[in-house]
Amino acid sequence: MELPPYASLGEKIWHYTYLVLCGLIFFFLIAPILTIIPLSFNAENFFTFTPGMLALDPDAYSLKHYRDFFTNSQWQDAMWNSIKIAPVATLISVGLGTLAAVGLSQSHVPFRRAIMAILISPMIVPLIISAAGMYFFYSRLGMQGTYWGVVLAHAALGIPFVIITVTATLVGFDRSLTRASANLGAGPVRTFFKVQMPLILPGVISGGLFAFITSFDEVVVVLFVGSAGQKTLPWQMFIGLREQISPTILAVATILVTISILLLTGVELLRRRSEKMRGMSPG
Amino acid sequence: MLVLDTRSEQAFVEFDRVQKSYDGETLVVKDLNLAIGKGEFLTMLGPSGSGKTTCLMMLAGFETATHGEIRLDGKEINNIPPHKRGIGMVFQNYALFPHMTVAENLAFPLEVRNIGKSERETKIKRALDMVQMGDFGGRRPAQLSGGQQQRIALARALVFEPELVLMDEPLGALDKQLRETLQFEITRLAHDLGITVVYVTHDQTEALTMSDRVAVFDDGRIQQLAAPDELYERPENSFVAQFIGENNTLEGTVTKLSGDRCIVKLDQTGEHIDALPVNVKKEGDRTLVSIRPERVEFDPQLGPDAHTLDAEVLEFIYMGDVFRTRLRVAGRDDFIVKTRNRADQKRLSPGDRIKIGWLPQDCRALDT
Repeated sequence: MELPPYASLGEKIWHYTYLVLCGLIFFFLIAPILTIIPLSFNAENFFTFTPGMLALDPDAYSLKHYRDFFTNSQWQDAMWNSIKIAPVATLISVGLGTLAAVGLSQSHVPFRRAIMAILISPMIVPLIISAAGMYFFYSRLGMQGTYWGVVLAHAALGIPFVIITVTATLVGFDRSLTRASANLGAGPVRTFFKVQMPLILPGVISGGLFAFITSFDEVVVVLFVGSAGQKTLPWQMFIGLREQISPTILAVATILVTISILLLTGVELLRRRSEKMRGMSPG
Repeated sequence: MLVLDTRSEQAFVEFDRVQKSYDGETLVVKDLNLAIGKGEFLTMLGPSGSGKTTCLMMLAGFETATHGEIRLDGKEINNIPPHKRGIGMVFQNYALFPHMTVAENLAFPLEVRNIGKSERETKIKRALDMVQMGDFGGRRPAQLSGGQQQRIALARALVFEPELVLMDEPLGALDKQLRETLQFEITRLAHDLGITVVYVTHDQTEALTMSDRVAVFDDGRIQQLAAPDELYERPENSFVAQFIGENNTLEGTVTKLSGDRCIVKLDQTGEHIDALPVNVKKEGDRTLVSIRPERVEFDPQLGPDAHTLDAEVLEFIYMGDVFRTRLRVAGRDDFIVKTRNRADQKRLSPGDRIKIGWLPQDCRALDT
């Protein structure tokens, strides 16, 4: 942002104040996450910076918390549980969410707004209420404390993200393309997979990513709906914080942050590539 | 005309008392009856909201008719979904698939029809050559200009060799010169391939230059269905007269009616003019007479019993090939006369007073 040469004194002052404000907001958002990264390399079992760390003494740093994460069976079980639950929940969210978004984007569907509001309510209702509701609901069905119970609960939480991102991409979708496809002889199924799906894929992928991260980060619902057999990483972190106060959770947090950053970057690169491929034309 | 002969045998496309309503109350299309012959180039022309696009969409299968029957080659198609109709279509905004290359776009209808790879490639090449886009198979639609995209859209609509091709204002987004080139190419292709074309436009020049017959739509009805020259020279009602080409109108009352000749007394000045009765029934009828600007003569020598009108020149516009003169005639100051730029053509100046007249058959007494 360059200041134009004719800027008045007031505008100059505002310009620099604005930059400082931006910096402060950025710091406010990112500082808590950045502090845990050096702390996770702490050689001691503390949650604070030791004098050695502040002096940048190499001996004050170690990988022991990471070692603990990869060797401790409790952490490993939790990790595998998360890996087993999140992708399946994501697939269900993406499938159902995309279908819902495509269906609700058609103008002849009655009560579209009401249906949409109900479908995205898990995002608005406080999580603890959804969790308690799901607990009673799944108990009746005998699914409380089962793998599929947790998967379905997480899928329900992920669906709103998929619906919102896919609906957003569908806004730019040219309806005449589906007409053209039908006119050229393709039935509805072929039209969906060959014409509509490739064009809304960026929205589907980013919705899926949000759904995945939701499931991977979720602790409240899994505490209600899951049992010891479905102890996920966030659950184990919660226990670690409450009962063990082990800095291993800092190492886990760092790993999760890294995975999130990699996923988001990867998807963004994919999205740019596909946009370049399709040129200027709107999705 | 060859077209009319084939039509009398059997219509290829037929609308039989078709009605369409979107809300169950107002009819967008009111009682449409239309027979289109095989190999005919028929244009549906009309202002926006006249029902022409709705008719095309019903033919393509994207809208359903509320009443009536639509037949293709003798078979009723009301209950056939669009993807089983086998009708080609060129869309207003091209509707090329942006995630596919030009060749993939053209391959799409062929893959759907399970046509083998080598045959597919031959057909694609032939279709691209047809629209002079042979070297563009590997490009993506976004890398092409508007005119090129429209050529590809045309090639895609023709590649699977449909017998009927629909076009929905395909040239609307292009500039004038490109439009004229493509108009010519589309008519040439349609003729060479012997396909039947139903073309929708609101551009009357396009309709007149391209079509075998034009159906003029207004208010959900066909106002007139005729060949371009007939439509222009012999409009059947005042809507068609005013919609097609430039037109001067004067209001009056029929005072004498005999055979193919009537006398109209103009409201403003009480002057009398000669006209051809088209849809006036009896003496005393109110009428709107219509005269084409190029059929008006200055200081006419028309014979002893012909009527002339006094006119005052308000404006003289030099347009190169023609002169356009605006006159005050019978109390109206929007009377236009067009004259060819000939060496001996008189150039009038504002303020000149002249007499104007016309042959009675060029002045049509229509409904009001």
